[in-house]
Order: sequence, then structure tokens, then C-alpha cells
Amino acid sequence: MNLTLRIWRQQGPETPGEMTEYRVSGISEDMSFLEMLDTLNEELILRGERPVAFDHDCREGICGACGMVINGQAHGPERTTTCQLHMRHFDDGDTIDVEPWRAGAFPVVRDLMVDRSALDRIIGSGGYVTAPTGSAPEAHATPVPKEAADLAFEHAECIGCGACVAACPNGSAMLFTAAKVVHLNVLPQGAPERASRVRNMVETMDAEGFGGCTNTGECATACPKGIPLTGIARLNREFLRS
Amino acid sequence: MSYLDYTLGEPVADTAAPAGPIEQRWQQRRFEAKLVNPANRRKHTVIVVGTGLAGGAAGATLAEQGYHVVQFCFQDSPRRAHSIAAQGGINAAKNYRNDGDSVRRLFYDTVKGGDFRARESNVHRLAEVSVEIIDQCVAQGVPFAREYGGLLDTRSFGGVQVSRTFYARGQTGQQLLLGAYQALSRQIAAGNVEMHPRTEMLDLLVVDGRARGIVARDLVTGEIRSYTADAVVLATGGYGNVFYLSTNAKNSNATAIWRAHRRGALFANPCFTQIHPTCIPRSGDHQSKLTLMSESLRNDGRIWVPKAKGDTRPPARIPEDERDYYLERIYPAFGNLVPRDIASRAAKVVCDEGRGVGPGGQGVYLDFADAIARLGRDAVEAKYGNLFEMYERITAEDPYTVPMRIYPAIHYTMGGLWVDYDLQTTIPGLFAIGEANFSDHGANRLGASALMQGLADGYFVLPPTLNDYLGRTKLDAVPADHPELTAVEAESADRLNLILAVDGDRTPDSFHRELGELLWEECGMAREEAGLRRALARIPEIREEFWRRIKVPGTGEELNQALEKANRLVDYFELAELMCLDALHRAESCGGHFRTESATPDGEAARRDEEFGYAAAWEFTGTGTAPVLHKEDLVFEHVHPTQRSYA
Amino acid sequence: MVMASATRTNRTTRTPAPGRHPSSLASLWRSSVGKKAVMAVSGLVMLAYLVAHMLGNLKVFSGPDDINGYAHWLRTLGQPFLHYGWFLWLARLVLLAAVLAHGTAAYQLSRRDLKARPVKYVHQRQRATYATRTMRWGGVILGLFIVWHILDLTTLTVNPAAEEGHPYQNIVASFSTWYSGGIYCLAMLALGLHVRHGFWSAAQTLGANNPRRDRGLKLAANGLALLLTAGFLSVPVAVMAGLVR
Ligand SMILES: Cc1cc2nc3c(=O)[nH]c(=O)nc-3n(C[C@H](O)[C@H](O)[C@H](O)COP(=O)(O)OP(=O)(O)OC[C@H]3O[C@@H](n4cnc5c(N)ncnc54)[C@H](O)[C@@H]3O)c2cc1C
Ligand code: HEM
Ligand code: SF4
Ligand code: FES
Repeated sequence: MNLTLRIWRQQGPETPGEMTEYRVSGISEDMSFLEMLDTLNEELILRGERPVAFDHDCREGICGACGMVINGQAHGPERTTTCQLHMRHFDDGDTIDVEPWRAGAFPVVRDLMVDRSALDRIIGSGGYVTAPTGSAPEAHATPVPKEAADLAFEHAECIGCGACVAACPNGSAMLFTAAKVVHLNVLPQGAPERASRVRNMVETMDAEGFGGCTNTGECATACPKGIPLTGIARLNREFLRS
Repeated sequence: MSYLDYTLGEPVADTAAPAGPIEQRWQQRRFEAKLVNPANRRKHTVIVVGTGLAGGAAGATLAEQGYHVVQFCFQDSPRRAHSIAAQGGINAAKNYRNDGDSVRRLFYDTVKGGDFRARESNVHRLAEVSVEIIDQCVAQGVPFAREYGGLLDTRSFGGVQVSRTFYARGQTGQQLLLGAYQALSRQIAAGNVEMHPRTEMLDLLVVDGRARGIVARDLVTGEIRSYTADAVVLATGGYGNVFYLSTNAKNSNATAIWRAHRRGALFANPCFTQIHPTCIPRSGDHQSKLTLMSESLRNDGRIWVPKAKGDTRPPARIPEDERDYYLERIYPAFGNLVPRDIASRAAKVVCDEGRGVGPGGQGVYLDFADAIARLGRDAVEAKYGNLFEMYERITAEDPYTVPMRIYPAIHYTMGGLWVDYDLQTTIPGLFAIGEANFSDHGANRLGASALMQGLADGYFVLPPTLNDYLGRTKLDAVPADHPELTAVEAESADRLNLILAVDGDRTPDSFHRELGELLWEECGMAREEAGLRRALARIPEIREEFWRRIKVPGTGEELNQALEKANRLVDYFELAELMCLDALHRAESCGGHFRTESATPDGEAARRDEEFGYAAAWEFTGTGTAPVLHKEDLVFEHVHPTQRSYA
Repeated sequence: MVMASATRTNRTTRTPAPGRHPSSLASLWRSSVGKKAVMAVSGLVMLAYLVAHMLGNLKVFSGPDDINGYAHWLRTLGQPFLHYGWFLWLARLVLLAAVLAHGTAAYQLSRRDLKARPVKYVHQRQRATYATRTMRWGGVILGLFIVWHILDLTTLTVNPAAEEGHPYQNIVASFSTWYSGGIYCLAMLALGLHVRHGFWSAAQTLGANNPRRDRGLKLAANGLALLLTAGFLSVPVAVMAGLVR
């Protein structure tokens, strides 16, 4: 198929950016969205132009590196990561708008690449269990009820892609933060630090300049891993009880 | 003198493992190891390159112990290291099932699975430590699968008879890595780890014969600078991406280990690569990577191809008696469950015969029709639902009604930097852990053992041995204006400038694809002398063409992903050459290395222990010049070599 | 704008030591999650009041004596413990506090939210911002309405009848003008939308939601919104239709 792409090009965080139009042809519908961009980049390189910069690594939907806003939707029209979005979900002749995640806390590095290190700092402020190597008791010493284990797992699936922030009209990182708080707070291993974890993570989240939650649910709709919106309710509960 | 005329150097031997009963060596080693006074540890800087399971675990642990850790990864966050993609599980000799598992059995299975090309003492330690890994991860809150009673669930994996694989649905690697990442994040926030994401190591700094730092490039600004330390740990993963198409993450690369090799670290068994039989076949030339489908699918799926060549009918229209269930036919005892390498080679054979299916005839069917008829669709969905979904997303075919198509792909590299029992390379002060070293899997890795090794190295093995090195070695600070630093920085910058200056007419990917196809053809699933010689002749030609025709727009002083790719390619060319030479010199079949000349009468791999019962550790002498081979003789006191048989 | 160097210089944010936080109202107010909880509680207080208010309003249908009597009763509530009119003042105080807390939090949070997305998407999707936009605009409409409403029926400043102690007459007089009835109807529609998202949202904010309750809460929110809007609207509609005069 032949497509018109309008891609956000921006040299660096301080330089202004703009949408630039490109045409690509001979796109196979079996290509992933990133492979389609690879095709464009190969052409750009041969023309001596700078290829479009974007983050990606595993291309399997698990590392969370990729992510762009496609026609106004984080990760595009399907509920998956950009690397697992295939061109068969588009039609020949389509015009596709491609933009980076937009949030004050995610400054653009270049083109479609943003700096998501704020998410790392949220984790660093409490998204762990303090268990120095070697200090662990025998694994079976603490049984974990299956429901708690399943609930923890459901939230632990977050890949830290930041689509929730990109999709939220307020640029809020509540779903991301909730995913980690719930994962650790429902497990007995996470219980001792339960209160400080949620408080510190929320404090860092605020300090990083993410917006607040207005419960629009856009985050959960965009989340490729299906982290549930009710996780945010749990985060709130954990916060209020701390 | 041609590259092929390698010379034989002094043998290498592991001198770090204590003598004595194998069960007590690790305890003994830890006891003998020198300790560093906790108050003095802050004064020691340790560089850790990589934040995968091995690097993440090591960085967190060393920082907890009080060292000042400076850590690097090329991704934007340490959480995205390639380990995140591992699906199946992690082995540990917990024997929670009471099914006869033990440290001894895990040791035995690993040595045997590695086709007797691994060092016994290392493998035994791995099996011992495996037990502690699970405890550690559970304490971190890793959500392993559990049973209704609240205890950990396990499954059997990779053709072993005991159920020793712990898992977290199909995302074990992710959950284990997040555990390590969280521990690391805690140390970063506490100021004990100085983390440099989006920074790529370009070279190693060796001062007075010891590893004293690295030269790295900030991928955002392009700044190239030195970082010095008292010791350097490479946890940079495997080199499977030399094949271009593999199941590895796109940016995984060999630069760190290859540069260390160029600076004097021996590189062992480069030709030992593992091929995974159940990957989704490529759909066209645009394909950028291959996706693994869990091996567990072979428990219920039946593999077949049409009996006739070039049969392009849709699978449903091919009657039963015109199908060849070739694994069941050739290996009646194991059928579809034969080990990875055998299943992979068999698929290649039928495709080479022209009986492959799908685009380009590079695929075989994995059919669930019988399983669905026998167990019902619901049961199949309960077991494999998420995999079927993933398959459908990628191929737009519904595996409940149309058989899946699968094809083997490069998945793991057993070879890597040669290390001793302490995980130290031949450069003092340079350690290699995880997939980056060659240590524990011999010629073939068992399923669910890479995660185990990465975490064993990072959490439990490296910290005490590094302690010993730092405790024993008197090191003066490397001055910032040391000539070696400026020289290596300049060398790294020059190399990038040379690439930029070519301004040719071919993209980095086009070269990478060409190299990958060549390697896959000649040094992939089956290797033959003539093919390897062809490849060895061709690689220098591609390299020469690269330096004439490569095109990278932009500059080195900015974010430049094309430049990153091109730079990694330069190392891939040299590595590919060494892989082919290693494969050529090892005129036996073993594990993942199958030489067609060395087969049993019924076509199976034939090991030649008397001639090749060693690890091949190569010494670099220059680009395109013949390397020196150092052999490490492998002694098997506990597990006696036997020939595998699956017929 | 964050500096370019932010990518790599590891801006380390202060990591507060575990357990260092005083669990005070001030720290609640400082955090976005806490502020949101204040909003939810104040919103629910107003909501409870509105339900009572709406039920009281329906007394219009049983004639002037009933509702005028009700207005009087409100003032005598709590007697003899409270003086005449004290209950009403107390209620007004609580409501005022709720409105102020709610409005201030709404303003501050909205500002923070807008700042968190300094560059807008070129390709906008309306649906994504629907709830937030209606809440913000609806809130502003409600705020203005509350002022108007007080001037109209409490202080009687703008009321055409302005008969102190005779709400029935004031109500009828007010709704007999087109603009007053119009303002009222518009505000009630805004209220309906506000409660529709607000009630469920408050449950979410206060951590009362979970996957099992989610549907029920959404249904309840819709029901409540419908009930309130219909109940409140019935009065001006009846006046304008001439059913109540
Ligand atoms: C699809 C797939 C599934 C798998 N499933 C399983 C499984 O079920 N069980 C199992 O046991 N094993 C499995 N494996 C194998 C296993 O995942 C890997 O062997 C293991 O995770 C490697 O870990 P590592 O820490 O050594 O390296 P990696 O996780 O690869 O990490 C490498 C790190 O080094 C950094 N790095 C690399 N080069 C540089 C450089 N030049 N400069 C700076 N940083 C650099 C990277 O940023 C990264 O942080 C699987 C592998 C694949 C591909
Ligand atoms: C002063 C006038 C008002 C203003 C400015 C206002 C504004 C807002 C805003 C901006 C929100 C947040 C919207 C969001 O989360 O997306 C909100 C939420 C809410 N409002 Fe109001 N509002 C007002 C009056 C009312 C009234 C009269 C009620 C009573 C029915 C009410 C009940 C609620 C509730 C229950 C919430 C949900 C709180 C939460 O999300 O946790 N508000 N309001
Ligand atoms: S919660 Fe979902 S959308 Fe947000 S970072 Fe995690 S995986 Fe991505
Ligand atoms: S590239 Fe890893 S999730 Fe898309």
C-alpha cells in the first residue's frame, strides 16, 4: 500500500518541531508499524536526510521502549504496543499522523523519542521491596494466597511504556504508579513498606510534574498490558490509609 | 598469511577453582576470598556495563555491599534490557515436587545438555546457587505462579524429567528483571549507583595490564568520554544479532565484548549458537526481527509438511496421507518433543527439499487440529490462548482453524568471553557475567537456564569474587589525563568519523542483512567445511565494501541511530569471521554446532571427544589476521560423556 | 521546559525516608491524590445536600403552605439544642466550606493538569478529553449558578418577588421569567453531567471502587444524576408550563 505520513520532527528538546509529510509506497500489510518506519528511514538515509528517531528494542511488546501517538491514539488503533501494531489495520492511501508522547514530564529527546526517566525515578522512590541480596528467607516460608498472587501479577505486567501518560488528557502517571503500588502492596513481602511506598511514590510523581487523575479512563484504554483502571482506586485507597 | 591459518597458543586453564570435592569448591572459594573492609568499599568504583538480569543483579548487590557502582545501558531505562523478553521460566533445584530433583541432578542435566563442553566446577556452582535465586526473587516480590495453597508452582521444561522450572505466566524474564531493576533503582535513588542510560560502551581501558575503565558514547549528545574504575564488569548479553534476524532485541550487540576481546580478553567458543525451533517465520524482506513462540507448543502441536515438493494447496486441502509428520516418522520415541537442535535441523532439511510452507517456503506447520479434537477448544485455549493470540496478531491467521507456521531462528549464544571460576576474563580486573561469558552451558543451553545463570552470576557469584580481586589488588587512581584515556577516546571518535566520512550509497541495515543471511546460510543450523570457507572468503569482501559504500547521514555529535548501527556492524564483521573460523576448526558436531561431516550413520550429531574435548579460546591479533587458539582442556570427573540418542 | 541534560544527568529527586511523613491534613492537601480526595469528600457532601434539597423542592407540588412550612422547619431544626436558624447556618457553613474546598482544589488541580501537557497533540481526539472538559466547564457553570441561585432565592437580590419567608412565591416568580428558568435548566443539566462522572469518580478517588463494584457504581452514578436532574428540573418546568403558579 501507499501511505502519507505526517511525522513530528524535532531536533532536540530546545528546538521547535513540526509535522513533516512523507510518502511511503510498497508497504506490506504484514509489516509492523516500526518496520514501515524502517522502510521510510532506509529511504531517508539514502537521500542523505536524517532518519526519524524513535525508541524500540524488543519489538515483541514487552520491553516498553517503543511508543508513539498514531492518529491521536497512544500506540495507535489497536490495544497493543506500537511494535506489535501491523499495517493491515490501515488502508491504502491513508494519511497517518505520528507524534511523540506529549507530557511536560517527558521532554522530547528527538523526533518521536522522549525522555521517560521520570518513571524510573518514581520506581526509585519506593517501587521495590527492601531485600538486600542474601537476606531472603526460604521461598516457601511465606505462602501467598493465589488471589493475591494473581492480583499482584495482573499489575506487575506494566512495561513502563508511558502510553497511559500520553493518553491521559492531564499527562498523569497514576496508572503506571498504581501498577507498581498494587503489585507490591498486595503481597506479604511488600507489606512492611506499604505505607511509605505509596506516599513516596505519589510524592515523586507529583514532583516530576505529572498531572493529576480525573478518572477519565483514557490511560487504561490505551494501556497495551490491560492494567485495570480499578488499580488507581486501589492506589488511592493505599494512599489514604497510609 | 591468511586469516584461516590460526596458530596454537599456550593452553588456558582455570586456576581460580579450588581443588577438592566439587560440592565444596564454592564454599571453599568464598572462604578463601579476601574481604574488603566495609568502610573502604565506598572508595572503590566498579563499572558495570549492562542492566539485564546479570548486570542489574550485580549492580544492585555491589551497591548494597557499599561499592560505588557506575552502570551503563544503551536503552533509555535499565528496565528494558533484553532479559525482559524471556518467556518460559527459570530453573532451580528446589525439589519442591519431591520428584527426585537435586543440585546434583541439575548439575548433571546441565553438563549433559551442554554436550560435555562446559566446565564442571562452574556448572556445579550454578546448580547450588539456583536455590538461593528463587528465595531472593520471592523476597523482592516477584510474582511467580502459585498454586491454590499459596505455594510456588513449577513445570517441566526443555525435555528434562523433573519439574524444576519456576515461572510467571509467559513473562518470567520480565518479572525477574523488574525485581532486579527495582533493587537497582533503590540503589540509584540512594546515590550508590550512578546510572548512565542511553550510553554505549565503545571500548575498554586497559592500564598497566588491568581493566581500569571504559570509553562510552552518550547516545543523545554524542559525547565520547572515559569512565575509570577499579574493576569493570561486562554484562552485555549475547551476540545473536550478528545474524541480523534473531529473537534478540534489535539493539542487542556484541560491541562491548568484542572490544574487550580486541584489548586482550580471550573469546571462547564463538560458534556455539543456539537455534530455537518454534519461531514465527518471516513474512518478507522487510522483516526486522523474529518472534519466539514458547516451546511448550510442541507438547500438543504436531509438526508436518506436505509430502510433495512445491505443494501450495492450503493446509486444510492436503489430505492426511499426503502429509509428512516428519519428526514422528524419524524419531518415533520422542516425536515432536525432540531437543531444540534436532527439531530445528529437521525443519531445515525438509525446507531445503522444497517442502517448506508459507512465503518463500521457509516454514513448517505446527498443527493443533488433533489436540483440539482430543481436548476440546477450551482446553487448548486455556493452555495456549495467549500464544495463539500473539501469533494471530503477527500473522493475521487463526491458529485454531489454520495450522501455525513455524521456523527455527537464532536465539541464544553459548559462546562469549572466556572466564575462569571467578568469572574473570584473561584481562585482570575485567569480569564477564550472564550471556556475555561462555561459562556454563557448553555447546548447548537447556531451556530456562539462562535466566538462572544471569541471576546466579549477578547476585551470588560475582560479588564475592570481585571482593577478592579488589581486596588483593593494590590500585592507584588513573589520572584523568592518562595517555591511554585520550588515546582510546580518540580512537573511538576516529572510527565513527571514518564511517561518517564514507558517504556511500548503502544503509547500515542493508549490510547487516547481507552479513546475517550469509551467516545463517553457512554458519547456522548446519555447517560444512566448504560453506564455512565460502563465508570466510566473503566476509572480508563485505567488510571492504562497507568501508567504501556505507552511508550515514548526520554527525557524531548528536543522536544518530544509523551511526550506532554502523558502528556495531564493524564489530559484527570481525566476530562473524571468528565464528566461522571456530566452526571450521571444530570438525565435530556437538550441541548447537552441527557439522554435516561429523554425523552418525543415521544423520545424528557425532561428538569427537578425544580431539575436541576442549573449550576454544581465541586471541585477537588484528582485523583480518589469523588469531591464536588457546585450548582449555575439559575434564569430566563427575558426569561421564555419553553420546546423545533420540531415535 | 526541562533542560536537555535532564536525559542523562540523573536528576535525582529527593527520596523521602520511609515513614518520615507526618500524616496530616496539610500533607494530604499537598499531594495531588490527597487533594483529589478532598474534592471527592466535599463533592459528596454537596451531593448529599442536593439530594435533600431536591426532595425539599418537590414540596412545591403540594402547595405554598407545605413548602413555606418546610422552609420554616429547616430553621427550627435542632431546637431547643440549637437556636432558631442555627441549623440552617451550620448547614450553610458546611456547604460553604465544601464549595470553597471543592472549587479551590478543582482550580489548583486543573492548573496542574494543564501544565502537565504543555504541548498539545496536533491530531486531537475529542473523545479523550470529554469527561474532563465537561467536568471543568460544568463545574464553572455550577459555581456561577450557585452565586446566582443565592442572589435569587436566598438574598432575594435579583428576585422579582423578593418576599422574605415565602419561598413558594419567590420560586414561582423567579421561574416565570425566561432567563431565570433558562439559567436554572442549563445549570441542572450541567449538574446531571457533573454528578454522572463525579459520583463514580469520587468512589474511585476514595478507593471504594474495585472490579466487582465498577458496574454497579457506574449505574448508581447514572441513576443519581438522572434523579437529581429530573427532580430539580421538574420545578421550573412545572412553573413554566403553568402547572404551578
Ligand atoms: C525471546 C527470548 C526468550 C528467552 N526465554 C528464556 C527463558 O524462558 N529462560 C531462560 O532461562 N532464558 C531465556 N532466554 C535467554 C535469556 O533471556 C538471556 O540469555 C538473558 O536474559 C541474558 O541476560 P544478560 O543479563 O546476560 O543480558 P541482557 O539482558 O541482554 O542485557 C544486556 C545489557 O547490556 C547492555 N549493553 C549491551 N551492550 C552494551 C554496550 N555496548 N554499552 C552499554 N550497555 C550495553 C544493554 O543495555 C543491557 O542492559 C530467552 C531469550 C530470548 C531472546
Ligand atoms: C463550585 C462549583 C463546582 C466546581 C467548580 C466543580 C468542579 C469540579 C471539578 C473540576 C471536578 C473534577 C473533575 C474531574 O475529576 O474530572 C469536580 C469533581 C466532582 N464534583 Fe464538582 N464542581 C462544583 C460543584 C459541585 C457540586 C454542586 C457537586 C455536588 C453534586 C459536585 C460534586 C462533585 C463530585 C462528587 C466530584 C468527583 C470528585 C472526584 O473525582 O473524586 N461538584 N468538580
Ligand atoms: S500502565 Fe500500561 S500504559 Fe502505563 S506504562 Fe504501564 S503498560 Fe504502559
Ligand atoms: S519495542 Fe519493546 S515493546 Fe515495542
